[in-house]
Amino acid sequence: MLLAKKQNKRPPAHGVGQPRNHFLLAGGILCGFMALLILTGYVWTPYDSTNMSGMNKFLPPSLSHPLGTDNFGRDLLSRIMEGAGSTFFIALCVVLIGGIIGTVIGCLTGYFGGVADLVLMRVCDAITAFPSILLALVLITIVGQGKYPIILILGILFIPSFARVVRGEVAKERSLNYVASARLMGASHLRIIFRHILPNTIQVLLPIAAIGFNNAVLAEASMSYLGVGVQPPDASLGRMLSEAQTFLARAPWYALFVGLAIVLMILGVSLLTEGLQQRQRS
Amino acid sequence: MHSIIRKIFTLIITLFMVSLLAFLAFQVIPGSPATNMLGTNATPEKVAALEAELGLDDPVLIRYGRWALNFLQGDWGQSYSYDMPVKDMVLEKLPATGTLVLMAFAITVVAAFPLGIATARREGGLLDRVITVVNQICMSIPPVFVGILLCFLFGITLRVFVPGNFVSFQENPGRFFLYMLFPALSVALSRIAMTVKMLRSSILDEMNKDYIRTAFSRGRTRADALKVHALRNAIIPVIAFLSVTAAELVAGSIVVEQVFTVPGIGRLLLSSIGSRDFPTAQAVVILLATWVVVVNFIADILYQYMDPRIRIR
Repeated sequence: MLLAKKQNKRPPAHGVGQPRNHFLLAGGILCGFMALLILTGYVWTPYDSTNMSGMNKFLPPSLSHPLGTDNFGRDLLSRIMEGAGSTFFIALCVVLIGGIIGTVIGCLTGYFGGVADLVLMRVCDAITAFPSILLALVLITIVGQGKYPIILILGILFIPSFARVVRGEVAKERSLNYVASARLMGASHLRIIFRHILPNTIQVLLPIAAIGFNNAVLAEASMSYLGVGVQPPDASLGRMLSEAQTFLARAPWYALFVGLAIVLMILGVSLLTEGLQQRQRS
Repeated sequence: MHSIIRKIFTLIITLFMVSLLAFLAFQVIPGSPATNMLGTNATPEKVAALEAELGLDDPVLIRYGRWALNFLQGDWGQSYSYDMPVKDMVLEKLPATGTLVLMAFAITVVAAFPLGIATARREGGLLDRVITVVNQICMSIPPVFVGILLCFLFGITLRVFVPGNFVSFQENPGRFFLYMLFPALSVALSRIAMTVKMLRSSILDEMNKDYIRTAFSRGRTRADALKVHALRNAIIPVIAFLSVTAAELVAGSIVVEQVFTVPGIGRLLLSSIGSRDFPTAQAVVILLATWVVVVNFIADILYQYMDPRIRIR
């Protein structure tokens, strides 16, 4: 998301004689919009999102409440800004935990190989074979519910996807000449891995991180919707969605706007990645 | 034949490992179920007595062995929260989830193949571009939200079905399938989009290969070369993807069952986790895990059957 904003300011991504990269443009705009909404939400919301008022129950979208109000008369825009912020924070932490640990594991196993590599990769295969929500539900019974347990659980479950990709890249790079030269110059293994090889894997790491981010948003939303994710004092789009469903007939805009916020978040990131990949190819 | 026997052997080992892990996962949970069952008036003596009665004080591996043997013989234990055999509870919920997953899978295959082929046939054409954009959007909508949108559109606005008012097969088969169509569609939508995207790029990859150029040189049209030569090879990676899909659809159904209040094993899993009814949760988890492993096994066999190149040894 933060990356998205930078992307937005770059000159148009199409060279001479190339078709316009619509994905990159649309993704950049969406990500920029959501980033603006989320970052603003951290410091300021139009109304106090906990401010209840019986008189303002189920107000349809209007000028004073752009997205309407919910069953307690709370301003929806404020609540969505807060919920999206919370979901974004969780997804970001998940990607960071999974990404950093996964990358380190992938680098070490890919570079050194051996028994540890074999065993760890089998474990990764086993974890990725199962739908993550199933594993998450099992882990939730063990670890418990709430914002931080969810981050921990999803973070652990996302390690294999990073570890596998990084391992593959590192194993490929290891046999290249520059590694041998660095070795001859007396560089240590760790220096070779993190200083020389790792920067070359960034290209494959970015799309994986983006997919991971989207999966984390999805997983958090689904689990909070099921009531086993983020718990009440913390805001979450998933929880709001499950509340909104109860009032679907009375206030359809409630569910619509909350769902739309999730969709835009995921769509923005996936369009941006698609666009970046297209640009890399051309 | 030899390789199939070997694969069956690995399948059994995998199932053993999976069941052991699922069993162990539910053993490390803090808090004894005995305390839970006795509630507030639990004295340490009563807890110990009940633990002995349930066999909870034996070493873990012995408990696993006993549990696994019983499981294979059809005794899945007694539910902690309902005084009912776990097996009866699970079997009662299985048909709804089974129907949901099978319908979703059928919808995915039936929708994805024609769309994928159509987009690949005219790469860069209007249809291709429209579907590519629609695909991106469909992939970004969580199944929960698709479900809620369908509830609103077909349930509340068009009144095709009543959201939350599940009709069982025994009550009315026609209404049952109509009701299940919507949850199935909700889980299938994003998978359709992914399969179309995958099939399209797989076909286009094949179309750039030498044997297709040879086919062109022999006077094949593009449509013919695609249908006769490229498609067969392009489908192989898609089969692997569909096996992942079959596993993911089950996971998706856990969430979507909640949206449409379908009494399936997904909701059973959630309620048993909520009430710390571990024998039930364990049985459901192992059932779902077995499904994933078996689907992968079938895909593996199918893979070999369809692609002689990987039929080594």
